[in-house]
Amino acid sequence: MTAEIKNTCWVFGDGISTDHITPGRYYHLRGDIPALAEHALEDANSTFADQAKPGQIVVGGKNFGQGSSREHAALVLKERGIPAVIAESFARIFFRNMVNVGIIPITCCTAGFQTGDELVIDLEGGRVKNLTRDLSVSFAPLPSIMRDILASGGLVPYVTEHGGLT
Amino acid sequence: MGKTLAEKIISRKIQKECSAGDYVVTPVDLILAHEGTGPLAVDQFTALGKNEAATTGLFFSDHAAPAPRKELADVQRRLREFSRDTGTVFHRPGTGICHQLVAEEWAAPGQIVVGADSHTCSAGALGAFGTGMGSTDVGVALAFGETWLRVPETIQVLYTGSLPPGVFAKDLILETIGRLGADGAIYQALEFGGEVVSGLDMESRITLANMAVEAGAKAGLCAADSTTAAYLADQNREDAYLALAPDPDAVYSQTLKIDAGDLSPRVAVPHFVDNVHPVEEVERVSIDQVFLGTCTNGRLSDLRVAAKLLRGREIPGDMRLLIGPASQRVYQEAIKEGLIDIFLDAGGVILPPGCGPCVGVHQGVLADGERCLSTMNRNFQGRMGNPQGEIYLASPATAAATALTGKITDPREFLR
Repeated sequence: MTAEIKNTCWVFGDGISTDHITPGRYYHLRGDIPALAEHALEDANSTFADQAKPGQIVVGGKNFGQGSSREHAALVLKERGIPAVIAESFARIFFRNMVNVGIIPITCCTAGFQTGDELVIDLEGGRVKNLTRDLSVSFAPLPSIMRDILASGGLVPYVTEHGGLT
Repeated sequence: MGKTLAEKIISRKIQKECSAGDYVVTPVDLILAHEGTGPLAVDQFTALGKNEAATTGLFFSDHAAPAPRKELADVQRRLREFSRDTGTVFHRPGTGICHQLVAEEWAAPGQIVVGADSHTCSAGALGAFGTGMGSTDVGVALAFGETWLRVPETIQVLYTGSLPPGVFAKDLILETIGRLGADGAIYQALEFGGEVVSGLDMESRITLANMAVEAGAKAGLCAADSTTAAYLADQNREDAYLALAPDPDAVYSQTLKIDAGDLSPRVAVPHFVDNVHPVEEVERVSIDQVFLGTCTNGRLSDLRVAAKLLRGREIPGDMRLLIGPASQRVYQEAIKEGLIDIFLDAGGVILPPGCGPCVGVHQGVLADGERCLSTMNRNFQGRMGNPQGEIYLASPATAAATALTGKITDPREFLR
């Protein structure tokens, strides 16, 4: 895991659901992640689907990723090259899914963040800096098992390395 | 220190005392997945080099059944073949919704059930710790027979008094989600108790447990009692019964008390499940389609309540009423009881058992600007296949009353 992530961000509001991220009308594309990823977050902001660049950071409000367990919601963000999602809180299944596919979830206050702001995430120091607005917010580390899964690159490499969960 | 239901079930399963906040690796009794999440779980299972399931694996075709497109027919076939090759169980399209079939055939008190579907918490009605996870977690659980969990804190939800006529379990859980908020129980379990729950039948308890995830909860649990024992005995599974109750001195993160006697029917308004209002506040909103069904409210008791209102009446010409029995067993019983005839006479359309319009894949997709009142569990934007449509959530009784008038209607008007 890189110690620092620096890029511009896309900001979304509270309650972004996995239906916003991967709408049910594209159910048939779940076997084709690159095609599904073309519609990522389309129902929250269609500009994101058209214009998001690899390396950019997604920012949400409360309960990001609520609803359906579809892991495809995490996978399409991964496919688009999103390294981390920062939100005030995450729905728990989506939170787990992000770690399992190798995206970093960061829980902290995102008030005042706007699309296009330049952010630096200091993973070791536990701090998000918004360079555009001169804000600095701290975040708590993930539970150790989640840090280990991320360090392995996801749950499948983790259980492969360890021969299981125990 | 006393234990909550969640602490009790997990401690028993790992054969070691644990309490809220502990990280544990636990054996898994059942895994489930369907055509939307199963293929990815199968990919991960295969990537781990496994060819034999380490626990009971259940696969379902319910989210798009029968298949509306070639891609979905292909994944259903893939799950069927995978099940044949690995000793897991495949439920063919039309047999019903995964959570309903798990309740009818598989779930039992004290189990850990891990499903690649967020409403796996439905099994909590039988005293099983059912929780939704992603495909990778479920693929790993199938491969190793284990998963990791943080033992959750628990919010105790106590329903006191008694339900007034026209008010049902769906109204209780909508009120609960409205009070807790969609993120009010993240990382926690809900434990449903109080005299109302003791008196509820299993079908209504499933409605409560099913929607725990809409408050962000990891699980929604009911004690296993004589109602649970009778439900299992009806399925010739009496041996699966285990009495389970929380300790009187269990520690809860909070207790929410709701006096059922004070409630009127509740409606969740677009586009969030926690945007809950008394029916009186939203009456007269015009509705184009009513959907009665799903893992939340597609059971026999739900169909009976709706039929009581619809019997001998007809819906208006510009209303669409869709009815989806939750399983083939529910469908057959409904035919025997004459409920299906009542629905057809009223102008309803009967869908095959499955998730139907709830997932936005097929059947009952809304037109731009249309409004649906549904007995399902989610009213997220786009949920029924069109982000320009609007979804209201309510009980089967409110759904039937609304179908008859074309406007959101208090079912008590028809029950007087």
